[in-house]
Amino acid sequence: MSIDTVGNAKETPVAQQPFKELGLKPDEYARIKEILGRRPTSSELAMYSVMWSEHCSYKSSKVHLRQFGEKAPHSDALLVGIGENAGVVDIGHGWAVTFKVESHNHPSYVEPYQGAATGVGGIVRDIISMGARPVAVMDPLRFGDPLNPDTRRVLTGVVSGIGGYGNCLGLPNIGGEIVFDPSYQGNPLVNALCVGTMKHEDIHLAAASGVGNSVILYGARTGGDGIGGVSVLASETFDADGPAKRPSVQVGDPFMEKLLIECTLEVLHAGLVEGIQDLGGAGISCATSELASNGEGGMHVWLDRVLLRDHTLSPEEILMSESQERMCAVVLPNKVEEFMAVCKKWDVEAVVIGEVNASGRLTVDWHGEQIVDVPPRSVAHDGPVYDRPFARPVWLDARQSDTPTAERLARPTTASEIRDTLLRMVAAPNLAAKTWVTSQYDRYVRGNTVLAQPEDSGMIRVDEETGLGVAVSTDCNARFAALDPYRGAQLAFAESYRNVAVTGAVPLAVTNCLNFGSPEDPAVMWQFEQAVTGLADACLEMGTPVTGGNVSFYNQTGEVAIHPTPVVGVLGVIDDVARRTPMAWQEDGELIYLLGETTDELAGSEWAHEVHAHLGGLPPVLDLTKERTLAEILVAGSRDGMFSAAHDVSDGGVIQTLVEMAIRSNIGARLWVPEDLDPFVFMWSESATRAVVVVPRSEEMRFSAMCEARNFAATRIGVVDSQIGSEYGLSGQALRLENIYGSEVSVTISDLSQASEKTLPALFG
Amino acid sequence: MATVVVSVFLKPEILDPQGRAVLGALGRLGLSGVADVRQGKQFILTVDAEITAEKLAEINHIAETLLSNPVIEDFTVQVNQ
Amino acid sequence: MTARVGVVTFPGSLDDHDAARAVTLAGADAVSLWHGDANLHNVDAIVLPGGFSYGDYLRCGAIARFAPVMEKVIEAAHAGMPVLGICNGFQILCESHLLPGALTRNDHLHFICRDQKLKIENNSSAWTRDYELGQEIVVPLKNGEGGFVADDYTLDQLEAEGRVIARYLDLNPNGSRRDIAGITNVAGNVVGLMPHPEHAVEDLTGPTTDGLGFFTSVLTTLLAGQAVSV
Repeated sequence: MSIDTVGNAKETPVAQQPFKELGLKPDEYARIKEILGRRPTSSELAMYSVMWSEHCSYKSSKVHLRQFGEKAPHSDALLVGIGENAGVVDIGHGWAVTFKVESHNHPSYVEPYQGAATGVGGIVRDIISMGARPVAVMDPLRFGDPLNPDTRRVLTGVVSGIGGYGNCLGLPNIGGEIVFDPSYQGNPLVNALCVGTMKHEDIHLAAASGVGNSVILYGARTGGDGIGGVSVLASETFDADGPAKRPSVQVGDPFMEKLLIECTLEVLHAGLVEGIQDLGGAGISCATSELASNGEGGMHVWLDRVLLRDHTLSPEEILMSESQERMCAVVLPNKVEEFMAVCKKWDVEAVVIGEVNASGRLTVDWHGEQIVDVPPRSVAHDGPVYDRPFARPVWLDARQSDTPTAERLARPTTASEIRDTLLRMVAAPNLAAKTWVTSQYDRYVRGNTVLAQPEDSGMIRVDEETGLGVAVSTDCNARFAALDPYRGAQLAFAESYRNVAVTGAVPLAVTNCLNFGSPEDPAVMWQFEQAVTGLADACLEMGTPVTGGNVSFYNQTGEVAIHPTPVVGVLGVIDDVARRTPMAWQEDGELIYLLGETTDELAGSEWAHEVHAHLGGLPPVLDLTKERTLAEILVAGSRDGMFSAAHDVSDGGVIQTLVEMAIRSNIGARLWVPEDLDPFVFMWSESATRAVVVVPRSEEMRFSAMCEARNFAATRIGVVDSQIGSEYGLSGQALRLENIYGSEVSVTISDLSQASEKTLPALFG
Repeated sequence: MATVVVSVFLKPEILDPQGRAVLGALGRLGLSGVADVRQGKQFILTVDAEITAEKLAEINHIAETLLSNPVIEDFTVQVNQ
Repeated sequence: MTARVGVVTFPGSLDDHDAARAVTLAGADAVSLWHGDANLHNVDAIVLPGGFSYGDYLRCGAIARFAPVMEKVIEAAHAGMPVLGICNGFQILCESHLLPGALTRNDHLHFICRDQKLKIENNSSAWTRDYELGQEIVVPLKNGEGGFVADDYTLDQLEAEGRVIARYLDLNPNGSRRDIAGITNVAGNVVGLMPHPEHAVEDLTGPTTDGLGFFTSVLTTLLAGQAVSV
């Protein structure tokens, strides 16, 4: 095999190169020639093709994502902002937390188990490369129609993969989402979030500084995993026949990753590392070019030193390989031996593959011949930037006018119809209990999980002495975004913000995973621009900066794009986890209050979707000032012990919130519809900025005074009552709903629970 | 160079849920007439030199102590010179 | 002067820190033992923690069983030192033949994590003497290969000799024969348990604090200097 060296490239300027097959456009190829002053070698072409792919370079999204930086609110808590592997937030007492969410959508459709598993692996490595110990994971997941057999194939594989990988790493799975919608049929969304903790002095950045420093590649050996995966898979849509493209997907080894975590933390704490980077999409190409760009600006690599699992790989393939569980460290020459000793202790292979220099170039040799000589910034940071055309879709006006009024969609109007609707809704796949899934994940490992699903946020104790902790939530109602992407993105953020506050934590920072269709479709690009702007504006107003995130484009099959799905993750801090507010009420006599205002807002609701398969109208209005006030009430109430329980109101409306609280506590309650509201609207409207709080009688006055002082609506809607079931001749605990069209509805908690728990096992068990 | 193949299977009296799951799947995929499926493992050892009786005894010992758990598994050893 | 309880870390062990926390909460000194170090550092008892040692490759616990430290652990166990194997640790004890039987793939083929009700059926082993006979406790269970199996003869023997220390109640989460959740050896010093008592030691993070009894029991055993009996 003859190697295409730099010398050869200079001598054969007009040689034909397969840039199209590698996913590069003609103008991009021309640009590379311009940068290098010659044609690229095949290795350089491979590097540019992966690094300039949509997935790695963010070329279609950069112009809009800039807003997160430009509109970033000042926050004292932010230690590392947008631009690094993950954001880092100060939480007090010398502790810092890093978190990020990423997507692994296309691989999960092709090979659900490995796609999801390697998604978890990738995000965990991002966290350790910041110098943090990973302490928890969460998974926002979206699948197609639950009754479609292919949904079963994808869901069961994805859940097994997340569990198989995450459980083996020893990371508790503390939350996430499972959403079903036909729009995801050929394009499931597998987003993976990881949270890590560290002391301030442990923060490390991905920079190769210090001329003469060694560049060490350590972890698993390099093989043919995912070659072309990045540029081919994530940057092109699937055609309508299914996963016709079957390039080799990445296969993960969680045991190796566990060793990598321990080994990396040990070398970091021993002060043996100057810079560190994980190998994700685009493997060695990415790690070396990013490290070089961020540091002194120059690096030389001896590619033949890379330890291989498959010795038939060409240098181009080695550069593009996405073999998992590999990291790259920059180490002072006099510390290399110690570094290697730690690797040996953990049975992790390591080899020096390069050296930092001041040349301003990234050069790569293969057995003494130069095959790469590029300016690293051109590969890692100065890739093409597109300002793709965007235009409001022509069909949006019609959709927004199709409001689900009582005339448009038949609503229940009697107590009996309400009762039937209730039992149907709690069993709806999007609202049903997710126990079948979450029981496949370890939630206990590390012994610091204070709250996990189905609670509103995942809460982890960070400091065992002081009780300092963090809470994280991920949310997105993509139907709202489909109706209005600007407001939909803001509503996703508001929901996540609220979910953190309702458990008693103060929201501090934001991450996001923006899942959209093809950026080449102006309608999709408009949705993206609107969503990013909406989120950036909301973050600025609420004082919580975006610290990082991920964009996944090309989630579409043929012409049909997924709903715009901007998943927002919010992280908050709580001084003492012992004060957290769980969702289960505790005792007879506790008062159940609804905070916030309810109006007739059924557009994009779960009721409209489940009962009528309808999507139309405008999403609920959002007043961020009120959202902030609600959060302040929830946090203050938690701190001062005013609440025995709290739960946010979102999908499925107030009744869903109440049912979930009742099931969790297994104690009955007497509930009533406020006088001025239509019962159906009260139960299933999805108006924003609401939460249900449960107040012990002894705290009622203080609580009412607090809400009044802040001018925030608080309506008493029930009282905890363990005797209500027997009072009305039902066996066991029950809910009694009064003022339902002149009548009442009674239902046992056990009936509600069974209806809820049955759905997922029946579909996927 | 020779290869030795050690095949390891759960003892017949031990529940094999994976084999059972595969059997179920065969039916759903339309393959009829299959009465049972057992799932096992194969270890293919590439050995430097010729397989002497001594070497074989060593391999048998390894098969019994490491490659299989005699409490629940049986094994066979096949030599391909 | 309190007892020293060693907690072994194998590559891939996950619940070692949690076991150490439980040991500390029980009032003993937790001593970290490294798999590659054939030295027990004068501990008085040993915990083999949960996790995925060696990624569960080959078979769960099959590779860990040959770690240098295990030679000393086996020796000490034969000499009467209390040894508790939790989940993966239970698997290692069976692979080492310190306990009979084996752990196999859950019958329903899924990993399961749930708060599991157990009944304590033996309170004279080194690790269960602080419990009442017949006491019902709730302790987290989390495993993919937790099905305890043994031939009928062995099972009958375990029952007859009162060596089943805990049994699953309400639901058998993994297909274990005779609903067995944990067993002990003849001398009562070696105990294997599938569920995780170290995750039920704090109200804040566990479903109950019922698991603490395993760790206080060994202290009781050691401080009393009693010979254990079945």
